[in-house]
Amino acid sequence: MAKALVEKKRLEVLKTYKIYIGGQFPRTESGRYYMATNSKGEYLANVCLGSRKDFRDAVVAARNAFGGWSGRAAFNRGQILYRIAEMLEGRKAQFIDELTRQDSNKVQAEKEVNLCIDRLIYYSGWCDKFQQLYSSVNPVASSHFNFSVPEPTGVVAAIAPQNDSLLGLVSVIAPIIAGGNTGIVLASATKPLCAVTFAEVLNSSDLPGGVVNILTGKVAELVTFFADHMDVNATVFCEADAATQKMIKEKSALNVKRVVLYDKVKWADETGQSPYFIMDFQEIKTTWHPIENIGGAKAGY
Amino acid sequence: MAKVAKKNTLKLKFDSARNLAPAPESKRAAKIDPQYDLFINGKFEKPVSKKYFATINPATEEKLSMIAEANTADVNKAVKSARTAYDKTWKKMPPAERAKYIYRIARMIQERAREFAIIETLDGGKPIRESRDFDVPTAANHFFYYAGWADKLEYAFPNRKTEPLGVAGQIIPWNFPLLMAAWKIAPALACGNTVVLKPAENTSLTALKLAEIIQEADLPPGVVNIITGAGATGAAIVNHADINKIAFTGSTEVGKIIQRAIAGTNKKATLELGGKAANIIFDDAPLDQAVEGVINGIFFNQGHVCCAGSRLYVQESVFAAVVRKLKDRLETLIVGDPMDKNTDIGAINSKAQLDIINKYIKIGQQEGAEMYQSSCAIPKKGFYCRPTIFTNVAQSNRIAQEEIFGPVLAIQSFRTDDEVIEKANNSPYGLSAGVWTDKGSKIFNLTTKLRAGVIWANTFNKFDPTSPFGGYKESGYGREGGLHGLSAYINLIK
Amino acid sequence: MILTKTIPDFATPVHVDQVGIEERASRFTKRSIKNETKINGLMLALNMIDLTTLEGKDTEGKVKQLCYKAQHLHDAYPGLPTVAAICVYPSMVKTAKTALGNSGIKVASVATAFPSGQAPRDIKIRDTKFAVQNGADEVDMVISRGKFLEGEYNFVFDEIAAIKEACGEARLKVILETGELVTYDKVRKASDIAMYAGADFIKTSTGKISPAATMPVTLVMLEAIRDFYYKTGKKIAMKPAGGISKSKLALHYLVMLNETLGEGWMNNEWFRFGASSLANDILMQLMKQKTGVYQSANYFTID
Repeated sequence: MAKALVEKKRLEVLKTYKIYIGGQFPRTESGRYYMATNSKGEYLANVCLGSRKDFRDAVVAARNAFGGWSGRAAFNRGQILYRIAEMLEGRKAQFIDELTRQDSNKVQAEKEVNLCIDRLIYYSGWCDKFQQLYSSVNPVASSHFNFSVPEPTGVVAAIAPQNDSLLGLVSVIAPIIAGGNTGIVLASATKPLCAVTFAEVLNSSDLPGGVVNILTGKVAELVTFFADHMDVNATVFCEADAATQKMIKEKSALNVKRVVLYDKVKWADETGQSPYFIMDFQEIKTTWHPIENIGGAKAGY
Repeated sequence: MAKVAKKNTLKLKFDSARNLAPAPESKRAAKIDPQYDLFINGKFEKPVSKKYFATINPATEEKLSMIAEANTADVNKAVKSARTAYDKTWKKMPPAERAKYIYRIARMIQERAREFAIIETLDGGKPIRESRDFDVPTAANHFFYYAGWADKLEYAFPNRKTEPLGVAGQIIPWNFPLLMAAWKIAPALACGNTVVLKPAENTSLTALKLAEIIQEADLPPGVVNIITGAGATGAAIVNHADINKIAFTGSTEVGKIIQRAIAGTNKKATLELGGKAANIIFDDAPLDQAVEGVINGIFFNQGHVCCAGSRLYVQESVFAAVVRKLKDRLETLIVGDPMDKNTDIGAINSKAQLDIINKYIKIGQQEGAEMYQSSCAIPKKGFYCRPTIFTNVAQSNRIAQEEIFGPVLAIQSFRTDDEVIEKANNSPYGLSAGVWTDKGSKIFNLTTKLRAGVIWANTFNKFDPTSPFGGYKESGYGREGGLHGLSAYINLIK
Repeated sequence: MILTKTIPDFATPVHVDQVGIEERASRFTKRSIKNETKINGLMLALNMIDLTTLEGKDTEGKVKQLCYKAQHLHDAYPGLPTVAAICVYPSMVKTAKTALGNSGIKVASVATAFPSGQAPRDIKIRDTKFAVQNGADEVDMVISRGKFLEGEYNFVFDEIAAIKEACGEARLKVILETGELVTYDKVRKASDIAMYAGADFIKTSTGKISPAATMPVTLVMLEAIRDFYYKTGKKIAMKPAGGISKSKLALHYLVMLNETLGEGWMNNEWFRFGASSLANDILMQLMKQKTGVYQSANYFTID
């Protein structure tokens, strides 16, 4: 009897792929969906067709989270990035499975997930180090102490690479948040499954809600809002699509957004990771303060 | 001091402090030609446009000289010369040799400092004391600083090599003409780029004098080209297909136009745009130095400073004392002939700018703010504006939100740290900010939370070649000065 | 208008930023003082001098010579003002008073165990009374710097108040000896204590300690006077002393005075230079302005 139960084919519980805003997993406010399929046309899932209002809500969430996240100790941000890597490691099988359903083969998929985990560890380590590399104490001629430090740009709206659906996503998100920014990321439209699952990883990794918001949907529909939203400080675009790049740059002029283009980056390469990616979302802040008695210092000399 | 009478009518008198015998700098120590051509490929060339426009002394409205107006054909010539110089000479030159040329420019500016100061003041209206003690020496120092970087770029960027960008198109404003030319040219050359620079049409003279120095310094022809003209000339540079980099300092409005104009290209850009800096005084601040910082923050260079501290926030318990001190200090400012060595506030740079400032002064009054101006007399001829402060200002007033670019200060009071941080950041701009308090931990709280590129704590409006300068948000991107200023002119390669 | 003299809590710090105050002070030296402004300024400076001799080796003869000089600064230049006062030790007050007669030049006497101030209060009071009884118009006292640095502000306050009482009609100058206070914060605090305790003048230095008067120190004190004036309505006079020996520097001080306290202080009732060799340098400058030729010290008397 018991044996029969086991052998009987069990009905699988399917996952609902939702978007991730402010630490919650709502459905798109639009109620729309699209069917994600693999290249053979096989059904993968019904995925939220995110709207401009979802994006708007995500920007609000990211802005609200910015003060807290940028104000955290860099060490703490490093720990959280490490925690994300741990969570990803623990759910590796699920990601391999999803990648495989999205046209990857098992070997490639495993390699990609491993690379993602290692990349998170890599950026985890940078969280409290890049500042030291890119800061300076400036020997001004007057009696002032003067130093420059990198600070996060603010809210970053990124359109993740459409092909490297997991590695690209992780490689774009990690340097943004390692540097203390918060962001909104639009997942690969054709391969969105891992992005949503990655949101679940983020959600279980002590990352405060709103620091990363992940939307699914169509680039063509949403890209303009990524570029023209007045409360977004920087926009990332990863495709070699000259017309869209131009449009993003033009719209970004509305509030002098920083535009970062990653169309030539090979994410799987070792050049796909570097502290210079963190610096793409940093401002340099210079502080001055008078120094008493610099010329006449006697005590101790 | 609870028992102090409600209305303190005591007043100090400063009329005699302002009425000093004239101490004019001599015009004869500077040579201004009646006409200036375009500096292209190491030579002064007549413009293809055949057009010239007048540049005037804003202090007297007298014509100083005629300046060539570069059209698209002239821009093409300049860019071609810069490209040739880049490919044939500058890119290939050993960096240490590049450095020596830049050092040479620095030294020659120092040698001719007095002449530069006089011309800067005549052409732009700023007090000779400022041109002499700030603009010119700081410009020379900037060349001196970046010269030394030319052969040390390998050390500036960990784990990367650098390469120059190519031809840089640089467009600079009228508020610090020579200094902005130095800020643009020095790092560009040190990094191995060649340059096409356009000064603002109101203030071309010192850039053209700099061209003379560049010629004397024997810089290879075409490495620096200086062409003059107004907005159309600037647009021709921005839109030129063979330019690799645009460096612009000016208004946020024009900065946005440039960002849009180059959207379809691979041109890199750095923009140093407008500001509406908050200057914050806490009740434990060294008040007299704070007041001096506020004065320096808003009246330096007639307030024609993108990082001017044009919004003042004063903690309530010291508000009355600070305003009183400010008013007294306002009375001692000497407004008038920029060539007089005692002048603190010179001429407004142009009629157009004076109109803008006066428009805002009117708006401030209409908005219900209370205006106080120095009782000083101002010259009848020329463009002048009395130093002006507004109290009873609301955050929503236009004079507290928009960049006026003149000697006009909007003052508000605040109660708590959080309140003032929120108000200070409540602006599309983020160029600079000031904090005045004796408490170190409070300074660091403020400097961390204020979203601006330069924070002056217990000081204001300080500049140094080693110190990076540039904004957050709509104040632009990229830095000028210091190690970080190099990034604007290089590509990083692995 | 009622202005009260509520005494502040001197333990509460008043902040002065060193770099800022020194920057401001140096700005005054950038003023270019020319032609009639220069001549007027030099005349005024001359008229503000407390011509001083405070040496152990002072004799009556020396004091008499100085008093003669005070009345005849340079007879080759008619129409010169006199100095404001002669400043001597208490034992020389009588001599000076007699020598100056009714010239209008005041006699100032240092007192209170000048320059160290290291004596019991009753002796300081007797010292003061001796000077006043001998005819001193002004008394230059020193504060107890040791007590001040210990934080015994009440002691310092009470001592000044006691000396003020002993002065009677004589105006009291309170010497802070800023060279021993070292920081500007302390100079500011000492200035406030002195003014609230009854000083008519606050004065930088004895001239026996280096550094004596500097422009930033004087500026801190002028700003204290301004704040005190706005709080109480009472004007306090200022006397930088020691180290001001060149006319150009004296003009810088006057610019600073004019831009900090304004016209109301631009006379010798409210400002003095404590100096011994400044007068001759001013005279040389005035003669240069008059004759157009640079002068030699040999043509100006040393007394």
